[in-house]
Amino acid sequence: MDLLHNLGLGFQVAFTFQNLAYAFFGAMLGTLIGVLPGLGPVATIAMLLPSIYSLDATPALIMLAGIYYGAQYGGSTTAILINVPGESSSVVTAIDGYQMARQGRAGAALSVAALGSFFAGCVGTIIIAAFAPPLTELAFKFGPAEYFSLMVLGLIGAVVLASGSLIKAICMIILGLLLGQINTDVISGVPRFSFDIPELTDGIGFVGIAMGVFGFGEIISNLGRPEEHREVFTKDVKGLWPTMQDFHEAWPSVLRGTALGSILGVLPGGGALLASFASYTVEKKLTRNPRIPFGKGAIQGVAGPESANNAGAQTSFIPMLTLGIPPNAVMALMVGAMTIKGIQPGPQVMTSNPELFWGLIASMWVGNLMLVVLNLPLIGMWIKLLTVPYRYLFPAIMVFCCIGLYTLNNSNFDVYIAALCGLAGYTFYKLGCEPAPLLLGYILGPMMEESLRRALLLSRGDWSTFVTRPLSAGLLAAAALMIVAVTLPTIRSKREVAFQEE
Amino acid sequence: MKIKSQRDFWSGLLFVTVGIVFAWGATNYNFGSSARPGPGFFPFGLGLLMAILGALVLFKSLAIETEGGDPIGPFAWKPLITILASVVVFGFALPRLGMVMALPLLIIIASLAGDEFGWKGVLVSCVVLTLGSWAIFILGLKLALPMWPVFMTGG
Repeated sequence: MDLLHNLGLGFQVAFTFQNLAYAFFGAMLGTLIGVLPGLGPVATIAMLLPSIYSLDATPALIMLAGIYYGAQYGGSTTAILINVPGESSSVVTAIDGYQMARQGRAGAALSVAALGSFFAGCVGTIIIAAFAPPLTELAFKFGPAEYFSLMVLGLIGAVVLASGSLIKAICMIILGLLLGQINTDVISGVPRFSFDIPELTDGIGFVGIAMGVFGFGEIISNLGRPEEHREVFTKDVKGLWPTMQDFHEAWPSVLRGTALGSILGVLPGGGALLASFASYTVEKKLTRNPRIPFGKGAIQGVAGPESANNAGAQTSFIPMLTLGIPPNAVMALMVGAMTIKGIQPGPQVMTSNPELFWGLIASMWVGNLMLVVLNLPLIGMWIKLLTVPYRYLFPAIMVFCCIGLYTLNNSNFDVYIAALCGLAGYTFYKLGCEPAPLLLGYILGPMMEESLRRALLLSRGDWSTFVTRPLSAGLLAAAALMIVAVTLPTIRSKREVAFQEE
Repeated sequence: MKIKSQRDFWSGLLFVTVGIVFAWGATNYNFGSSARPGPGFFPFGLGLLMAILGALVLFKSLAIETEGGDPIGPFAWKPLITILASVVVFGFALPRLGMVMALPLLIIIASLAGDEFGWKGVLVSCVVLTLGSWAIFILGLKLALPMWPVFMTGG
């Protein structure tokens, strides 16, 4: 009954008028800023961090958590509406979500994303409350070898979901990994491939690549087509709500996504991101005879990853709250906020500040509720945006992208990078290379390298460490199975049928 | 030799080239050993792997017949150049001329990329988007974006 008692305490804290107001305010602010392309959760929280100086610790963290959920949902909104993923974990949402929007089903996609996220959020909250301690122990078992193997699995998963040739997709991943090598080496501190340009020693920004390749590349290829073939939105918007059939198709995906996300979210290093990619792969494998093929606007491709990334976002609080180890950039900022407030994050928080610990957990649920309350009415407004003629829409998208790019570091360097990536994006489009795997490779590149080198250091150069450690061997075996599965002739022909144009 | 898939031929060539360039670049950094991998270790291996896989794509494009040669199709030079130019001009202009001039420049140049250019619509876009951006980013979010040209603020 500890669980009930603890949650009871949490809800007591979360349901004070003041804390409810902060949760609402945070979720609203997060959504509003998150829908601006390029301003994801990290940028949003970073921008608003100074504002918490005047607040108490509990409301401050509750508000930040609200901003986090809001910004994450806002990122999915732009992924669905204009194919610009606001942050890395909504990259997969863009694949099917954007197709749905183009077919006039943006409302269905957005509401399924919201409801799936809410469900995942509820489950995630309960999981945090119940399993925080044992799950932390599982994360302890992950050494660098396991991380490396997990990332290999994640990347292979991304290949399976690319729609063209398998080798080309693998090449795009490697290209992404290589682009991720433009940075300062974490272990030795040597700047690599930077050509003595100071901005490059920090690496190319994720946002610059995403906006250039997806945003600008998309605009160029759209304008390059004669008007009648242009891939813009249909004028007939089929209702704001998902149909019964949509619900029927989406709920199993939501359940699976939630389960996957809850587990993967605990792992440090982009749990929510891996979760959304893994979920997409799983959905594609498990959904038999989808009514609409994946990549063409399948509702399962939105419901699964969206639930997974929200569940992952939720459970990624576990390592932060129990160990004080931030698993991603957002959590690092949360840790920063806690220290500003004079709380040392770590295992002792649960006992020394129980109101804060359980209050925060309860307010996660409240934050998710606020999101649904806030966003379902807004869906109609977002959809209105799509009825604006394309010749007015694309300059507006460019304005927001460009300003977003400039504000990343308050310099025009990222703007130029994005222009360059726009050129690359158009080239990829012309050559029939899928850009989504590139982005994933780019994000995981530095983490993957670090894990590989750490693992080799620990094993004194013995490569067999990846197959002799059981967890790592299992993950690699799963990756190998996936490759075998897609290259087997029978499945390959099915995969090709699934990707047939129209 | 006849190229059987234009798209695959050029993407294969691209992968091989980029792979070799990265692998060659990585030789400038300490390679280390298996037991103590240095900063050049990972990029070198990746570059090599990509070059090999790229060569495979290249080989397939020459060996396996495709329908109609899988052509790349014409490049849309006009939108490509105008859109990218508008972004670069914006990047150059913003710190110097401020949002009040950089945004209209971006909007006007970008709009030239479309087929249906009308001054009236473009000017309305300029006013609405510039005012809107000012309200959202400077008034609302209090971002440190330059609004006015440097020569007017004296900075």
